[in-house]
Amino acid sequence: MDRREFLKTTGGLVVSFAAPVEALAQVAGKPALVPTELDSWIAVLPNGSVQAFFGKMDMGQGLDVAVAQIVAEELDLGADKVEVVMGDTATSCNQGGASGSTGVSNGARLLRRAAAEARRVLGERAAEKVGTPVSVEDGIVSGPKGKTSYAELIGGRYFHHQVEWNKQVGNPMDIKVPAKSKAPSEYKVVGKPIPRRDVAWKVYGTDEFVTDVRRPGMLHARVIRPPRAACKVRSIDPASIKGIRGARVIREKDFVAVVAPKEWDAVRAARALKVEWEPLKAPFPPMSELYQYIRGAKVVKREDEVKQGDIANAFNAAGLKVVQAEYEWPFQSHASMGPACAVAEIKDGSCTVWTGSQKPHFVRDGVARLLGMPDDKVRAIWLAGPGSYGRNDAGDAAMDAAFLAKATGKPVRVQGMRVDGTAWDPKGPACVHRARAAIDASGKVVAYEFISKGFSRQHIATNESQVADSLIGQSMGVAPKPHQIFGTPSESYGFENKLLGWETIPQFVEHCSPLRTSHFRDPVGPGDPFWFRAVRGRGGARGGRGCGGFPPALPQQPAAPGGGESRRRKSRLGEPRQGQRHSVRRSQWHRGRRRRAGRGRSLERTYLGAALLGGARLRSHHQSRDPAHHHRRQRRAGSFAHAFRRGEVRPRLGDERRLGELSDPRDGRRAAVHRHHAHQPSGDRAEWRGRADDPRHSGGGG
Amino acid sequence: MAKYQFTVDGKRVSVDAQPDMPLLYALRDDLALNNPHFGCGLAQCGACTVQLNGEPVRSCVMPVSAAAGKKVTTLAGLGTPEKPHPLQAAYVAEGVPQCGYCINGWIMTAAAALEKNPKASEAEMRDALAGLKCRCGTHAAILRAIKRAQTSMV
Repeated sequence: MDRREFLKTTGGLVVSFAAPVEALAQVAGKPALVPTELDSWIAVLPNGSVQAFFGKMDMGQGLDVAVAQIVAEELDLGADKVEVVMGDTATSCNQGGASGSTGVSNGARLLRRAAAEARRVLGERAAEKVGTPVSVEDGIVSGPKGKTSYAELIGGRYFHHQVEWNKQVGNPMDIKVPAKSKAPSEYKVVGKPIPRRDVAWKVYGTDEFVTDVRRPGMLHARVIRPPRAACKVRSIDPASIKGIRGARVIREKDFVAVVAPKEWDAVRAARALKVEWEPLKAPFPPMSELYQYIRGAKVVKREDEVKQGDIANAFNAAGLKVVQAEYEWPFQSHASMGPACAVAEIKDGSCTVWTGSQKPHFVRDGVARLLGMPDDKVRAIWLAGPGSYGRNDAGDAAMDAAFLAKATGKPVRVQGMRVDGTAWDPKGPACVHRARAAIDASGKVVAYEFISKGFSRQHIATNESQVADSLIGQSMGVAPKPHQIFGTPSESYGFENKLLGWETIPQFVEHCSPLRTSHFRDPVGPGDPFWFRAVRGRGGARGGRGCGGFPPALPQQPAAPGGGESRRRKSRLGEPRQGQRHSVRRSQWHRGRRRRAGRGRSLERTYLGAALLGGARLRSHHQSRDPAHHHRRQRRAGSFAHAFRRGEVRPRLGDERRLGELSDPRDGRRAAVHRHHAHQPSGDRAEWRGRADDPRHSGGGG
Repeated sequence: MAKYQFTVDGKRVSVDAQPDMPLLYALRDDLALNNPHFGCGLAQCGACTVQLNGEPVRSCVMPVSAAAGKKVTTLAGLGTPEKPHPLQAAYVAEGVPQCGYCINGWIMTAAAALEKNPKASEAEMRDALAGLKCRCGTHAAILRAIKRAQTSMV
């Protein structure tokens, strides 16, 4: 039973699609899949239900449900009448990556306009039959002269209606239409809590993850990576896998893989194959000297992104407490729940790739470039992957599978082993953050400075559209063109004097088999807010609710580009969620500190300025003022697994609302957003900072 | 190579394999079953969990030879949308999974624990589930779903 049938039969979501996803595509006269065609966004099926073609995908955060509600709202339908078709390059335009936290504001914005335009066009067509004014209720259009329906007006046919496209690809893609979207005061569907659509199939196992794709005649592949970065192949002994059924080696320069008809045989062959690797250069500095290395490394690029007021004088003023800290942040793997998997098949001059990448359109582009095929001969189909975070290993698996499908002439399934995912996924860059703040006698922060120094966040791009940004490309000698960028932490306080900047240092290796750095979950990185959170806790000044004397957060969210809708969201209670990003970041801070405290993986070097505590070094959690708060913070700082076993991670019972079960109850803002955002990368700043016009960023983050 | 016979979700099956091939590869590759997932191949995450004669086992390290003559139950054999296991119904009601890749392990392990001790306390459930991984952080929702299932099983 597939997902659609399942939806039909389980009743939780009554969807009676008369046609399969592509049924309408079979109808003659289909307009090209381009952003300027309304048919690229919205289709009305013969039974009057609607398909919305979403160029992003949902990985379990409910993005598709939001899109369904928004489209349904504009079309005056129930949300259950809207199916969101997503993540397939054959049915959607490139709206960028999932970009979880901005997926609705970036992605649904466009579909909202498309749906409003469809409603307008259908209203006009209906008026010819039923007169004006027309009103619509659940797809039934009424006028003075009678009734008609979406199904009757256009069901199973195309709009053939043009819309204006802003010529952008990825997250900034947008359209302009004459129709006016509804005002929030008119909303009937948006804002209603409705269940996610992907829960049941995951719980019953009735649909496929990308790991479950099987093609006739498919070979299983394992890619053989070097024991560490910066190695070339010296020699391979194919005889070492002799005797393993059907196993053979595929090699192109320093790219090595084994394929076999049976998966276990491919695993055995990968283990047995003797490859001698030649190290390219002296080993990397030992981990214990990593931060020393970063501090001393040559600066490739420095950028003071935010300069405001007079920093030097502000710090020198009399009577201030100066709080300073340095934070050391290691390389980090996304370490998704499973290593990446992809399947590729080349048939009749066309390539189809099944991928868990959040950016299937960019996978299509990358595969086309790798194979030397036109874009329109490659189709990438997203299916839920084994975890989906940031720039993980999913894109590499897709490229590997495509290459091996071409090399073998058969469908190929590439599945990484655990070590492949953890060792070879793009890494969050190691860095050292230097931070200081000056706080006056009233507890106000009068100056604030934050400088990060580390490896670029864009050694490889945020998506896999270029061969040079993939492991296979690099192992075949195409070196990435590192983009020097880091980013600065966002803060929603209105500091008068501040300096936020960064310095990047050279990559260890530029080609062959580098230690690739890219954004870690969030394009601008979860490491940034460390100091910011820390100084709230240890600022020592007055103030309520753990704010460490900082003034209340001021909402400073910029307007959405091209949209005008405010990015400030409303809480369920209708109050603005001021400072929500803070709350999310704060949770990340606690996660980070847990690592440091528990495993010593990243040494926190924290000291307070002499003015504050006589230069004593101390850990931030020693400072909690009230014992209960101290206990909660300690608990969060401990190992989650241990906390889980000890029973300190509390479930809620009965019908209590599920939001924020891990939250500090004293921090209402965090409680409200924790669950919703905990897993969502906030790929927003990259876009709002005007990087949107840089094609390297058009895929956004997440 | 040898032939191994066992039952999967009530059906008799036969697999030709190396004796040391993990059961996971028999289920996924030879029998084309999807629900036990490959997460680590090292028995460290639990995504591959199936029940062997009612005991939760990590099929990524359990040799297929050890399953010979035994009953293997996978997530699909535990319950279906039409006839759900109480845990599955509870997981749906609580909207537990996010990416969903690990959830097989949590359900199969909890189902085995509840089978033995339907009134298991929260502490006992935590112990039974220790060692399973979820990278999306749905742990608290999982415990909520188990409580809900226990209520419906009484």
